[in-house]
Amino acid sequence: MKIPYYPGCTLHERALDFDVSARECAKAVGVELQELPIWTCCGAVFPLVSDNVMEILAPVRNLAYAAREGDKLVTLCSFCYHVLKRANKVVKDDPEKMEKANLFLRADTEAREEVESYTRKDYEGQVDVLHYLEMLRDVVGYDEVKKKLRRTLDGLRVAPYYGCMLLRPKKEMEFDDPEQPSIFEEFLDTLGCDVVDFAMKTECCGGFQIVADEDLAVQCSRNVVGSALKNGAEIIVTTCPLCRYNLDKKQDEMAKSVRGFKKIPVVYFTQLLGIALGIGGEHIDFSDNYVDPRPVLAGKSLL
Amino acid sequence: MRLTIKTEELRDELIRRVEDLSRQSLLQCYQCGKCSAGCPVVDEMDVIPSEIIRLLQIGRLEEVLNSKTIWVCASCLQCASRCPKGVEFSNICDALRQMVLRKRLSNPRMDADEVSAIMISDAPQMGVVAALRKLNG
Amino acid sequence: MEERIGVFVCHCGSNIAGVVDVKRVAEELGKYPGVAYSTDYTYMCSDPGQTMVKDAIKEHNLSGVIVAACSPTLHEATFRRAGRVAGVNPYQVEIANIREQCSWVHQGDKEAATRKAIKIIKTMVEKARLDEALDPIAVPMTHKALVVGGGIAGIQAALDIANAGYETILVERGPSIGGHMAQLSETFPTLDCSQCIMTPKMVEVAQHPRVKLMTYSEIDDVSGYVGNFKVKIRKKAAYLDRDICNGCGLCMEKCPAKTTSEFDEGLAQRKAIYTPFPQAVPNKPVLDRDHCTYFLNDGKCGICKKICPVQCIDYEQEDEIVEDEVGAIVVATGYDLYPIENLGEYGGGKYPDVITSLQFERMLSASGPTEGEVKRPSDGKVPETVVFLTCCGSRDPEAHMPYCSKVCCMYLTKHAMLYKHKVHDGQAYVFYMDVRTAGKGYEEFYTRAAEEDDVLFLRGKVSKIFEEDGKVVVWGVDTLAGRKVEIEADMAVLGLATVPNAAAKDLANMLKLHTDEWGFLAEAHPKLRPVESLAPGFYLAGAAQGPKDIPEAVAQASAAASKVAHLFAEEEYHREPIIAWIDEDTCAGCRVCVSVCPYDAAEFDVEKGIARIQEAICEGCGACIAACPSASAQQRNLTDEQVYKMVSAALEG
Repeated sequence: MKIPYYPGCTLHERALDFDVSARECAKAVGVELQELPIWTCCGAVFPLVSDNVMEILAPVRNLAYAAREGDKLVTLCSFCYHVLKRANKVVKDDPEKMEKANLFLRADTEAREEVESYTRKDYEGQVDVLHYLEMLRDVVGYDEVKKKLRRTLDGLRVAPYYGCMLLRPKKEMEFDDPEQPSIFEEFLDTLGCDVVDFAMKTECCGGFQIVADEDLAVQCSRNVVGSALKNGAEIIVTTCPLCRYNLDKKQDEMAKSVRGFKKIPVVYFTQLLGIALGIGGEHIDFSDNYVDPRPVLAGKSLL
Repeated sequence: MRLTIKTEELRDELIRRVEDLSRQSLLQCYQCGKCSAGCPVVDEMDVIPSEIIRLLQIGRLEEVLNSKTIWVCASCLQCASRCPKGVEFSNICDALRQMVLRKRLSNPRMDADEVSAIMISDAPQMGVVAALRKLNG
Repeated sequence: MEERIGVFVCHCGSNIAGVVDVKRVAEELGKYPGVAYSTDYTYMCSDPGQTMVKDAIKEHNLSGVIVAACSPTLHEATFRRAGRVAGVNPYQVEIANIREQCSWVHQGDKEAATRKAIKIIKTMVEKARLDEALDPIAVPMTHKALVVGGGIAGIQAALDIANAGYETILVERGPSIGGHMAQLSETFPTLDCSQCIMTPKMVEVAQHPRVKLMTYSEIDDVSGYVGNFKVKIRKKAAYLDRDICNGCGLCMEKCPAKTTSEFDEGLAQRKAIYTPFPQAVPNKPVLDRDHCTYFLNDGKCGICKKICPVQCIDYEQEDEIVEDEVGAIVVATGYDLYPIENLGEYGGGKYPDVITSLQFERMLSASGPTEGEVKRPSDGKVPETVVFLTCCGSRDPEAHMPYCSKVCCMYLTKHAMLYKHKVHDGQAYVFYMDVRTAGKGYEEFYTRAAEEDDVLFLRGKVSKIFEEDGKVVVWGVDTLAGRKVEIEADMAVLGLATVPNAAAKDLANMLKLHTDEWGFLAEAHPKLRPVESLAPGFYLAGAAQGPKDIPEAVAQASAAASKVAHLFAEEEYHREPIIAWIDEDTCAGCRVCVSVCPYDAAEFDVEKGIARIQEAICEGCGACIAACPSASAQQRNLTDEQVYKMVSAALEG
């Protein structure tokens, strides 16, 4: 089964470990992720002010590219998923903004020939934006995933961290219950992990504030990491490169203000999936992890 | 501290502009404070989110635009997600930021030139782009 | 005879006169054919207004009256009475609605509103011209009432109706009467022990010679109409003969199967054969087959049957349908708490020490699972800090219920106070949005909690509750101080919204009773008929109609009972005569009317070969009239001829 895939900028470059593991895992469960032949940055933020059409142009353009490839678009990064899904909803619900966006797309087409072949038609929200987890659950099926596993991650105490962008706002994302979500838990359950419930799994990691105000972001991520640790987690999994960065790379800063702070590795969910599927070597790469997960994984004989 | 409420300040066009930009109705807020109670970055704020809305309800736009709060918000949407009246503070906050940034007023919290080299070379691109868009216009 | 119609235009203060030029309307109508007298007045429904109508009838020898005023649902009866007193048949007194259908909806255009008012009145003059003098239809009535729901409201209603001298059936779904009030510890603002004031009433109603108590029973079907309902009541199989059972309790003692107790809100266990609580009325058990070893294990157990000294256990027992006839029905089906599962930000029920207000009531109750000691469910420790939350699901139009549940402020204040009375060193916090204390002695009660019992009231809503390190962490806010507030508590109590009883919604559907969008039973008029349903013969009592506290529920129950007594005071029931009749000369006997009549009032007379309307049953809905191909079916005082003339008047000019 082939499904169009939007990696986004970060996965294209700094989160290659996420991208590569995801593609390999998809193959192993029978899905070929087909990267869109043309794509651009999604813009990273969804505009929260009413008059900003400009910031939905990038995601709508990408959706229009995707519409040429199929009726689904899979993505991984929480920001990309959030922006694409909400922009898609704007196109569906707001005819005026749809018209404006298409006006720009048409202008684009005239200007750039190579784009023309992809955006001959107006974009009207026909693509279904799926998160990779949704693809595993609803397209492949967790039962099918389970059948393909080479080993289960028994005894590995994993804290699933959702963050903000997948869940909120509920009415637009329609991803899961924003307060007591379960898609991640069910996924980890499929892998055989011991799922650690922790109160901060839907709280903010500090997000983009890491760039402007590191202390502020660290305060947030410390709260999340601390909660996972208190509840006995050995490893945290995320679906977002920025969350990964804030939770993983800032642990030295967190340690400064917490006595007896214990470091904990933070990995992408596809990396754990890869291990369970028996994918090895360069495809499951932990070299970019600040807190090395290998000792924990080796301790459970998972490497 | 005393506040003389002036009707013309309550009806300030710029406050209506906040409502238009954010698509939120300020008077819908009944000041339960749930937004403030759940805000993950409230510790760093000088005015809590529910108070920002209150100040706008009573016509104190300047005070709000000068607050540190609007630059601290990380748009995590927890406030909007839990509001019993469906008021999305996150959107109001974005509108307020935009009102400052579109006037090309300086952002006291972040200058594009001052993004650290570490961030440029190390942080996920999405974070840098998001920060610049949110906090620098 | 030349008709002499009087037109009386009401100003309704400024409600009508502020929009409609009432002087001009009266003047115009004065010139209309058949109108003998026309005038206007500030409040036509007032005593001087009604006197004006009566005097004019006599003075001008009027044959018909039009009062141009508010909706007929408000004052049609008033003016028909006035007409009768002055000598005009009540059914020749008509209301022209120029308020709801004119002045209120055309406030922006006074000229057009005035013209419309004139037309509305002219149509009614056309109708009145052909109105016949009618008499109400007298039908026999069953002077027996049915009360559905055995909580405090149902008990009070049944007692009052029975004490007024009428037979009453009190039906309760559960094994015992008592409802939620029997679960409560002490009641605000007097701190009376709930059981102490409740149980005597339960006994009184059960022993009343005119009350037939049917517990563990449900309403299966209701047919008929006011004064003459036929009801089918399902006596659910209790798997024992409760008439023979002497309530010795041996079976409950020896029963090996346990499940969680509904009465104790899941904080304790009960047996599979059980009474919900020791003071249950009747104090005889029922067997819950879903948890019974005998039923679950193919007959392997049977201890209760072996041990019962009066041999009343009957595993073969089946539901029994009891049929009866009643004249009036009081619906007192009560409330539930909004499900804690819906409040995900407070854990959605996954944290053992975040409990519901009814669970806390059971904990405080001397007869409860902790015998009145405050112990948290997770580890049985006495909590040193307890946080109470108002508005859990109430006043939340975005995600939950938009309305105020009315009782939570008071009962949580009571909870905090009682907690302090039991745990002197403890600290109670109440998060509130507004402390609503509108009731006698309520404000004083709240003041006492804050000032004497050191309950700290924090103004703001809680955003999140979670358990960590054995603590219940509460993220709230104090909007008065302008700070986010974090409290590490030992327990939290949620004041969950009051919602209509889930099963009551099905009952309301079956009885075709109007409800609001949340499922609370709708009253006939929010101010002037607060205890009657729009459906004749149905009366409302207690929290089924909306959130209310005990005194209000009791007051409404007594009011509903007095309405029933009022109905029963007449030997016969007098029905409105505005119903269908069939012209025997033109009826072809096609039976279309028989097939469309929703009340089975149209029947076919085989001998004459024509259809006939049973006056006692016809509701005047008009279905047969619309369906009749030969226009033989006609509505009294709303004949085709009248309707055509009314339409012509409306379209004229």
